[in-house]
Amino acid sequence: MSHDHHDHDHPKAHGRDFDEGPPSEYEIMSRAMQELLEAKGVVSAEQIRRRMEQFEADFPHRGAKVIAHAWTDAAFRKRLLEDGKAACAEFGVDLEADRLIAVENTPEVHNIVVCTLCSCYPRALLGMPPTWYKSENYRKRVVREPRAVLREFGTVIPEDVTVRVHDSNADMRYVVVPMRPAGTEGWSEEKLARIITRDSLVGVTIPKP
Amino acid sequence: MKVSAYTDAPARRFSVGERVRVKRSFPPGHRRTPHYIRGKHGVVERVCGAFPNPEELAYGFDGEPKRVLYRVRFRQKDVWSDYAGPERDWLEIEIYEHWLEKA
Repeated sequence: MSHDHHDHDHPKAHGRDFDEGPPSEYEIMSRAMQELLEAKGVVSAEQIRRRMEQFEADFPHRGAKVIAHAWTDAAFRKRLLEDGKAACAEFGVDLEADRLIAVENTPEVHNIVVCTLCSCYPRALLGMPPTWYKSENYRKRVVREPRAVLREFGTVIPEDVTVRVHDSNADMRYVVVPMRPAGTEGWSEEKLARIITRDSLVGVTIPKP
Repeated sequence: MKVSAYTDAPARRFSVGERVRVKRSFPPGHRRTPHYIRGKHGVVERVCGAFPNPEELAYGFDGEPKRVLYRVRFRQKDVWSDYAGPERDWLEIEIYEHWLEKA
């Protein structure tokens, strides 16, 4: 399911804040298409609702599991950084058409991801993008004042650490590999996965034990 | 085609580490080069492979010939003259070959 590519074609439709003003041309077209498919009995409203619910329920967890595994298995971590898609596939996560670049936080570099043109996001890995990720406020500001935006998320990056912003504007998708925090020695992957939040995989926060 | 973030493109104009400039051009139509990066100087960070041209795909064409896609790294101070953070901050973005020229 390639929602991202739909976004590519119609960035303006996603560029404004949601539920404000009259529906856009694309929202009307999408609504009309859904009504036609329902009227012809191809899909039911219940099936669409269930699919969206499933998308949100299933997918965020997968990113946390993949990163927890990378924290505990150095060889897997290396493969993830070399080829994100292949590493996810061996973990049972099929990214479909997306290429994935995993970017590693270190004591010297903090990574943060945005799509300034629309809302490209590794949905198969992280689920549906949060509203703030799609907002004009985040998309416009994070490329030019990333440290101020990070502070608004409660994340302060020291001046001697490079902030590396990734604009996910074309065919690649990104996931941040946060640093495993001190105080988690000996934790199981399951326990580690619980502190790996979606936001930390976009790079706006840092996992805490 | 090998489906990977690291598919090389043998026939390409630029290599990793090479200095490049994003064309300062404002053609109409569907473009995936954001305005803020046009005319800026950076360095090729990696070659992503060759992809169907999104400027053609957007209008229902097949996107052929494919275009080589690069990730280009910019110093934030080179992108925004009034950038408030330290010199060490970077921005990386994907740019298609036909939007790049030698710097």
